[in-house]
Amino acid sequence: MDYIIAGLIGIFVTVGVYFLLSRSVIRMLLGITVFGNAVNLLIFTGGRLTRQVAPIVPEGAETIAGAANPLPQALVLTAIVIGFAMFIFLLVLAFRTYQSLDADNTDNMRLAEPEGGCRPPLSY
Amino acid sequence: METEANLPQAMIETATAAADWVIVLPMALALMGAALLLMARRTRSFHAGFALLVVAAIIACEATLFVRVMADGPVSMTMGRWLPPFGISFTADLFGTAFALTSAAVTFVVIFYMQMDHSAGDNRDGQFAMVLLLLAGVTGSFLTGDFFNMYVWFEVMLIASFGLVVLGGRGLQLDGAVKYGFLNFLATTFFLLALGLTYALLGTLNMADIIGKAEQADPAALAGIAALLVLAFGMKAAAFPVNAWLPASYHTPPAAVSALFAGLLTKVGIFALMRAMVMLFPSSRDLLEPVLAAAAIATLVIAPLGAIAETNLRRAMGFIVIGGIGVVLSGIAIPTPSGVAGSGFYIFHAILTMAALYLVAGLVEKVTGETDSRRMGGIYAANSPLSILFFVVVLAAAGVPPFLGFWPKLLLIEAGLERTDLRVAGGPADWTGLAMAGALIVNAWLTLIAGTRLWAHIFWRAGSEGAQSEYQPVAVRALSVREGWLGWGATAVLVGAIVAAGLWPDFAFQTARAAAADFIDPSRYVAAVGLATGSGAP
Repeated sequence: MDYIIAGLIGIFVTVGVYFLLSRSVIRMLLGITVFGNAVNLLIFTGGRLTRQVAPIVPEGAETIAGAANPLPQALVLTAIVIGFAMFIFLLVLAFRTYQSLDADNTDNMRLAEPEGGCRPPLSY
Repeated sequence: METEANLPQAMIETATAAADWVIVLPMALALMGAALLLMARRTRSFHAGFALLVVAAIIACEATLFVRVMADGPVSMTMGRWLPPFGISFTADLFGTAFALTSAAVTFVVIFYMQMDHSAGDNRDGQFAMVLLLLAGVTGSFLTGDFFNMYVWFEVMLIASFGLVVLGGRGLQLDGAVKYGFLNFLATTFFLLALGLTYALLGTLNMADIIGKAEQADPAALAGIAALLVLAFGMKAAAFPVNAWLPASYHTPPAAVSALFAGLLTKVGIFALMRAMVMLFPSSRDLLEPVLAAAAIATLVIAPLGAIAETNLRRAMGFIVIGGIGVVLSGIAIPTPSGVAGSGFYIFHAILTMAALYLVAGLVEKVTGETDSRRMGGIYAANSPLSILFFVVVLAAAGVPPFLGFWPKLLLIEAGLERTDLRVAGGPADWTGLAMAGALIVNAWLTLIAGTRLWAHIFWRAGSEGAQSEYQPVAVRALSVREGWLGWGATAVLVGAIVAAGLWPDFAFQTARAAAADFIDPSRYVAAVGLATGSGAP
């Protein structure tokens, strides 16, 4: 099971990076979401994926071996919420940029960094 | 039959001492203040004053904490009654507390500066609330003792800075925010990835616990995590190969906001890298040393060249900020006591000086109404006090002797040279250290060229570029009374603090050396957290 999920994480990262390399802001958004979900899945898998062992400490023992660890699940919840908030902000930002600059392609967003650049200053 | 649970081994049974609350009060105050300002966002008249009060209270808390940490060593507080590796700890060590205090002081000055161009009708609701949120994120990242908690504070800081970049909504700001937003969010996602792997490998995210467990872990896996952290924090700090977002975005928001970013944000990133490399994973750092050294040298040399070639004033400043990150990186690449002390001292210097650079640049833009240094000129005659501020800040940034930037660079160059005995010709030489010392000197020299040339263009040249007339073709307007007091006055206070700290550096030297000693040998840090015995089944 873990190996299948590990492979899936690999595929997610590949897809995410591929989309992030795009110039289109919408594709970059999709890419960062897929990449973020790959990371969430990785943390989740890091705490073991099993239902076989009940999370109850047996009598006489101090710890349980082999049960799923609840802490990464809590971490993933936090990460999902934060990632969702960031995604929503970037989505609204992309829409607003599209309205103001009429550009979805990052190559056409040249206000902050003018195209061609300018010559270095000449004097001194 | 009932077995009695052994509570003292798992739970904190006594209430937290009242004095320990100063560790979390800075964050709590900032978050509550921000929430209150957001609720009352329509009545803006009291926002600035209230924010100043909150920041003053934060400074008071952090000053108390600093005095205490200076005297007794690191202080820790754990939330929710669970003992440390399970409960989330806040641990204030000397570096973290000193930077948190400096950041709050800079924020205090910047809030004054922000009111300079406070005009009705501009779309600035919630500006001060977001400044407080940003300060909460920055302070939390400096003081937290838990790795995942640091990620959460990074995101608090990030979302507040997103808001500050786009506030106002000009096309330029939106353009900068797209690049800033995507690349920084990607960096924190890499950080999260490294965190997930850290927990899977070590079974803990408490920093004090990580220090103990990292020694027994598989070195190859640990080095992989450390490499991811270098990438993530390198991006946050804008170290050379991953620095493109900084000059693309830092000049787009209003100057006061740029100043806040330049002073606080990249410093949090580079300090997190320093903590991860020097304190948490020193053995992995040794493996990654060539990477860190190469990144440091490249950042040191290339960043000021960017500043020399750039004509947009605040973009040129952005390259100087990146150069400062290279200086801190050089200390991470040579983590001797003087190297780490130099890096920490430089972060303190950079929080003050980089913020001051942007504050002065904002005043220059206000006076000339231009953002491009080619169309500026002749301000020396019109406003000589401003030219003095600019010149002092440039000298401090480059590290010319009596000013603040010189002392940390001296420590770092000493760290680079001390591993080679230069008196023995042909003896064993530590080429990393020697190259680092050389790169630091080149960096100081190039930064000085970039800064003084900007100064000469903006203040000395009679008019804009190419103008031959001796008369002033550039329309320079005088600062209004409000701008004079709040803008120039606030900047002058900050520059005055930089000059004073540069003239009397003994205290900062002692603090940096003491803090570096605790960083390299974190036994006092671990002891302060007070880990539960026999803890931590993954």
